[in-house]
Amino acid sequence: MSGTSLWAAVLAASLGCYLLKLAGLSVPAAWVEQPWVARIVDFVPAALLGALVAVQAAASGQDLVLDGRLVGLAVAALALALRAPFIVVLLLAGAAGALVHVLFG
Amino acid sequence: MRDSLGLGLAVGLYGAAFGAAADAAGLSVWQAVSLSALMFTGASQFALVGVLGAGGSALAAVGSALLLGTRNTVYGVRLVPLLRPRGVVRKVGTAHWVIDETTAMALAAPNPVLGRLAFLVTGASIYLMWNAMTLVGALGAAGLGGTARAALDAVVPAAFLALLWPRLRRTFPEAATQRRVAVGGAVVALALTPFVPAGVQVIAAVVAVALAGRPRTVGTPAPSEEQA
Repeated sequence: MSGTSLWAAVLAASLGCYLLKLAGLSVPAAWVEQPWVARIVDFVPAALLGALVAVQAAASGQDLVLDGRLVGLAVAALALALRAPFIVVLLLAGAAGALVHVLFG
Repeated sequence: MRDSLGLGLAVGLYGAAFGAAADAAGLSVWQAVSLSALMFTGASQFALVGVLGAGGSALAAVGSALLLGTRNTVYGVRLVPLLRPRGVVRKVGTAHWVIDETTAMALAAPNPVLGRLAFLVTGASIYLMWNAMTLVGALGAAGLGGTARAALDAVVPAAFLALLWPRLRRTFPEAATQRRVAVGGAVVALALTPFVPAGVQVIAAVVAVALAGRPRTVGTPAPSEEQA
């Protein structure tokens, strides 16, 4: 993707996210405190993050690939289950990814 | 005090992870830093670079960021009675700092005066920390070679999993549904990956899960506090 369209995405998304924040301070509470809005806010992050985890770990363009990222993810899940701090989770995942890269290239 | 130190450390680490993820996704250091300065809402920033990193279109990336940004609208509504931002200037300035952490700290304060103070102190310290560490992460990642690059590639999905993890814990409101939704999003995204342009599968997964969840969720009582 070209630098210009990356910048367009960066600026458009930044402006949009700012306006979403401003809207919360500006519109009547009743507009926002609708059950369907609450459902979106409660569950869209889980769906989006779940999808991003999967895509970041196993997709490369339009192909599904198995590589160090998936191993790193498994290690991260284990570390999170053991309540490891954030930095430890990331370091372990990174180490696992690097190890797979060194071993299997 | 210990809370805010711990918060600062965690935010710093996420900031560095974001800078590195932005670099891995092909953004320049300036673009990474601009996102932290202008968007200043972590999950949306991660979503934007996540979709771009997966090869997705700008539109899909912006859409993902905005979907996660809706959270802050709800936070703003909750903060108005506490902060009472008067006048256009105050409102425009306050809005930029309406995020997970400032909302949580402001609402947790024992009285409105401390609440306003907590909002300002948390906002200012996180803003500085987040931007400085984004720069560190982006600069650090830009100088990496092959093996370090492989390590970074493995760190990005792990960072997303760490963002998701609190929602899957048993103590989170409606954790079982959160888990179903997260797994559903992952499965649909993977299933669509070979068939749709990169990045689109992420948005499509969210829409599919939202539509599938509808009949079950209609009529259920509104959940209590979501995690801030």
